[in-house]
Amino acid sequence: MSRRLLAKIAVNGALLLLAALTALPLLWMLSASLMPTGEAMSLPLRLLPSHPTLQHYAALFARLNIGRNFLNSLFLAVAITAISLLCNSMAGYAFAKLRFRGRGRLFALLLATLVVPPQVTVLPLFLEIRALGLVNSFGGVIVAAIATVFGIFLIRQFAQGIPDELLDAARLDGASELRIYWSVVLPLMKPILVTLGVFTFLTSWNDFLWPLTVLTDESKYTLPVALANLSGEHVQDTELMMAGAVITVLPGLLVFLALQRSYIQGIVMGSIKE
Amino acid sequence: MTPDLDERRGSVAERRAAWLLLSPALGAIALFFALPLIAALLLSLTDFDIYALADLRNLRFVGASNYLRLLRDPLFWKVIRNTLVFVVLGVPLTVGAALGGALLVNSKVAKLRGLFRTIFFAPVVTTLVAVAVIFRYLYHPRYGLINQMLGLLHLPAIDWLGDPAWATVAITLLAVWRSFGYGLVIYVVGLQAIPESLYEAAELDGAGAWRQLRDITLPLLKPTTIFVGILITVSLFQIFAEPYVMTRGGPLYATTSITLLMYEQGFRWWNLGAAAAIAFVLFALIIAATGLQALLRGRKSA
Repeated sequence: MSRRLLAKIAVNGALLLLAALTALPLLWMLSASLMPTGEAMSLPLRLLPSHPTLQHYAALFARLNIGRNFLNSLFLAVAITAISLLCNSMAGYAFAKLRFRGRGRLFALLLATLVVPPQVTVLPLFLEIRALGLVNSFGGVIVAAIATVFGIFLIRQFAQGIPDELLDAARLDGASELRIYWSVVLPLMKPILVTLGVFTFLTSWNDFLWPLTVLTDESKYTLPVALANLSGEHVQDTELMMAGAVITVLPGLLVFLALQRSYIQGIVMGSIKE
Repeated sequence: MTPDLDERRGSVAERRAAWLLLSPALGAIALFFALPLIAALLLSLTDFDIYALADLRNLRFVGASNYLRLLRDPLFWKVIRNTLVFVVLGVPLTVGAALGGALLVNSKVAKLRGLFRTIFFAPVVTTLVAVAVIFRYLYHPRYGLINQMLGLLHLPAIDWLGDPAWATVAITLLAVWRSFGYGLVIYVVGLQAIPESLYEAAELDGAGAWRQLRDITLPLLKPTTIFVGILITVSLFQIFAEPYVMTRGGPLYATTSITLLMYEQGFRWWNLGAAAAIAFVLFALIIAATGLQALLRGRKSA
């Protein structure tokens, strides 16, 4: 056997093993969610359901009203994505292309805030939300995500590549600055808007600490909060909990699979800052 | 940084438009980030508790006493130690898995690279709470998949979440599983930036695969390693959902992280002053740890 063949087998074998270990928890979740009650936690070990059933999904939607939590999560993720894309793209474009006094210092100040962990602001932010009467409301969840420094940074990086001649030509044609942003710049920024959009959607979909803090009513819970709550009461119902996990994890995974090129592009852009 | 020589050359209309476009984002950041940040500092110097929550007249300025009380609290030191263990255990494991996976994916003889990369990255986009719920069953001492597999290998069963030492390991492994794909993607970018000619030259000099890895790949990946290391360090310092869902910080507070303690103090017992002080200690620790790693980077390039 040649060395090259040996290397080929070793590399691909290692890849296969690592991939199996990585995928196993998610595959087990899916399989267990389809098992009849009690089968996931029995001896001997069972990897596939004896009689696949959707009973746990039915129970979650009919009895435990998880459809409500699903819609809450979806509404919040869509609203946060739309609002923050608008605000971040306006600010990122202004930092990249419009000339104004203090631009460099202001942007540096914004970047500096990236070192502050969210734990520091979460307590007073809660008091503020409370003072505004937004506890247990979706508005309370949304206000914390209106604009992000990461989003502004990503948009600015991209907008710097827009040729000035294009903007000047539009100015000569008599277009107002806001008109230029809306009709010239926004269409050009579509790729980065998709990237940032996927990022924002997934961050909001998976977020836990803040919705857990703001939302107090079970009917307002997002999926992760509802799932954490369910896992306290239904710890024995393995298959039911796995069906809940599938409903929580799958939408995010599907969004990622559909738009993975854009998503990974964002990580790459974010990681080569300097 | 942008050359800001031309900052002042913008027309009046341009400057006005800039501030108009900036105002929603800057307004939101001022109101919902800067204001709470300042308030947090003040909060940590008060005895804000459930009585103050009911009536602000019960609020008193207590100076540094929240911080001093924390320093005297053995539970706080335990929680700091727990968090450091998560970091010290989790960072090398995550960075190692990310680097190893990236080297495999990037290997010339690897097949189906795109598929493998997608599989390795998938855990990153999963919901942490759901994953913690899944792993709680996988770690079940008797029926869990992990102990069953250990049994097949004739290894003894482990009380993953019941034993204080193993519970820390169990939560760390979950964190590694969930985030190594992120580092892997960044490593692949770093690997692809290394010029092929370096390897060709090494080949001509008779350097084997191991020498090439040690003398070309790893040194050139050092900035990537520091970047990935800082990212993972920061996220492990903030670990919260995993112990919250899997162990509630137990057994015997063995898995209570700084953020979990802060959450319990703040939102369960409503000791918001004390909780704010915990948050600032966490902030200081993160700064110190990332500063240390940045220092390592500086020494290399100097």
